[in-house]
Amino acid sequence: MAATVSREVLTAFLLRLADDHLVIGHRLSEWCGHAPMLEEDLAMPNMALDLIGQARALYQYAGEVEGKGRDEDQIAYLRRERDYVNCLLAERENGDFAHTMLRQLYFAAFMQPLWQGMLSSSDAHLAGIAAKAEKEVAYHVRHAGEWVVRLGDGTPESTRRMRAAVDALAPYVDELFESDDVTAAIVKAGIAPDPATLRPSFEAIVGPIFAEAGLEWVEASYGQTGGRQGRHGEALGYLLADLQHMQRTYPGMVW
Amino acid sequence: MTRNQIPLWEVFIRPRNGLAHKHCGSVHAADEVMALQAARDVYTRRGEGTSIWVVPSAAITASDPENKAENFEPALSKVYRHPTFYEIPEEVGHM
Amino acid sequence: MYSQGLIGAKTDTTEDEAFLVAFQARIDAEEKIEPNDPMPEGYRRTLIRQIGQHAHSEIVGMLPEGNWITRAPSLRRKAALLAKVQDEGGHGLYLYSAAETLGVSREEMTEELLSGKAKYSSIFNYPTLTWADIGAIGWLVDGAAIMNQIPLCRCSYGPYARAMIRVCKEESFHQRQGYEIMMTLARGAPEQKEMAQDALNRWWWPSLMMFGPHDADSQHGDQSMKWKIKRFTNDELRQKFVDATVPQGEFIGLTFPDPELKWNEEKGAYDFGAIDWDEFWRVVKGHGPMNRERLAARQKAWDDGAWVREAALAHAEKRKARREAAKMAAE
Repeated sequence: MAATVSREVLTAFLLRLADDHLVIGHRLSEWCGHAPMLEEDLAMPNMALDLIGQARALYQYAGEVEGKGRDEDQIAYLRRERDYVNCLLAERENGDFAHTMLRQLYFAAFMQPLWQGMLSSSDAHLAGIAAKAEKEVAYHVRHAGEWVVRLGDGTPESTRRMRAAVDALAPYVDELFESDDVTAAIVKAGIAPDPATLRPSFEAIVGPIFAEAGLEWVEASYGQTGGRQGRHGEALGYLLADLQHMQRTYPGMVW
Repeated sequence: MTRNQIPLWEVFIRPRNGLAHKHCGSVHAADEVMALQAARDVYTRRGEGTSIWVVPSAAITASDPENKAENFEPALSKVYRHPTFYEIPEEVGHM
Repeated sequence: MYSQGLIGAKTDTTEDEAFLVAFQARIDAEEKIEPNDPMPEGYRRTLIRQIGQHAHSEIVGMLPEGNWITRAPSLRRKAALLAKVQDEGGHGLYLYSAAETLGVSREEMTEELLSGKAKYSSIFNYPTLTWADIGAIGWLVDGAAIMNQIPLCRCSYGPYARAMIRVCKEESFHQRQGYEIMMTLARGAPEQKEMAQDALNRWWWPSLMMFGPHDADSQHGDQSMKWKIKRFTNDELRQKFVDATVPQGEFIGLTFPDPELKWNEEKGAYDFGAIDWDEFWRVVKGHGPMNRERLAARQKAWDDGAWVREAALAHAEKRKARREAAKMAAE
């Protein structure tokens, strides 16, 4: 019989996942109407809608587990910046299309084994969310991966931009695989795999894509961290200012 | 146009198993992998399909509308190809 | 879905009388015209112009609504708005595809849009100032577009009609989404109701303008009707829209910014005030509040995307070369 976790720990874990998905989904949605070609104006919102859908399922469940009567919007919109616990990768600004696709590939390559691990979670509700999300993320790996290949192995300009993206995002990879007391308790209760164990799966996804794209893996000389403790980059505040604008300006109303 | 254009692909979708793939539109994509993904992202957002074909538009050979009469009108007079051409007594039942 | 009454197409054509009569007979018999069929040059040109304007309207229309995706007030609204704006992109794509069957490329059409040569629905040159504008656009602008577009499903040109059938099917949620937003606001707190009323005040007249000039002033209307590219006149559609929309607004307790708007028992339809056509033409000609910003945003997306499109093409060439080399090596 696996150990159980406290409400607080499970809520903390769910909020990390939910914030990751909301924030990166929000970032992707910023592209809508501005993509490099019309086909991508459909592809990116498809991914963003998957991510926002996953975030909603996670916030709703977090609200239930927390037991304070907060609904998805109260949790998603009405916390302070330091209370958001998304990874730093998710909040990185879109930059050019190479940055956006690489960020998506990294995030999807991290989430795919995590969702797969949660398919057999001791938490049946989370296993249900994982069953849906696992299929969605598999497509994100493919779509972002195909673009990374094309941009890496396209023209001199696209190769240069893709390499710049690899450099720029390198410091935000290690944080994905961090373990701490929360993840330790979650692992012990059989709810989700230890992020630290997902690195080989991540590399098995990203490695062949980099090889085909002609890209070299760059080890960050110093990894950035702090997202899980609510220590973010400066860009997140502006994202939250947009996100929270209506809820803050018109408190307590129904939309 | 001097600039390179991204090729056009015709998209065919099978709505569900048991039915044939049906033409539903086109997408622009540089290669067949991206064409398939674009077709998926554009034409199956509401669960419209279980299988997709993409074909380069340039690979389609079409009959010439100028030849419509000689191509298709000769078939119209061959009424003996249709079951209703033959009279069978009602007593025989459905055949 | 954002077609507007067609602006500025020349329908004159140079084919001989016998050809035109035979073509008209096909149209009158409700036969669909398909891409490679012989057709008068004026018919082709009118269609390219109209489908192009329609496609551009969808694409530019993504911008004012996209302006609120990141600020949508709830996750449910955010997802619905994102899906809707994405749909508009899809509709633009279907329509460009339909126009491409007439021998014009998407790239050429895009260049015409960016150079200002091709028009798009002038309503998107107004700004979305509050969240209620998203409701008003869905309810009024999509509502007006539906009036225009349902008859287009029966357009004589097959690919356009087929694209419109798909568009109309997908659109069915857009107007409802917008009306639901307006209804929620109208029944909400006083600030919300005020926001909804303000949005209706600003979007009502531009919505009526979407149907294009009065029939008497419409240069190409007759020929388009004869060729069954168009099935109803601008004024007929505008009247249908007013008659359908006014009761919906009254139902949620909003008022329309037109003192002359009133039910006319005798004609069984609403009377309404005069449209400010000076404003309409001013906006069409590029002097609306957002014309420059809209085109600049499209130009930027096109320019910023150039290296991506070039990379995709370059990679496709390399793939092909590698595949052929592998085949050669195997032989």
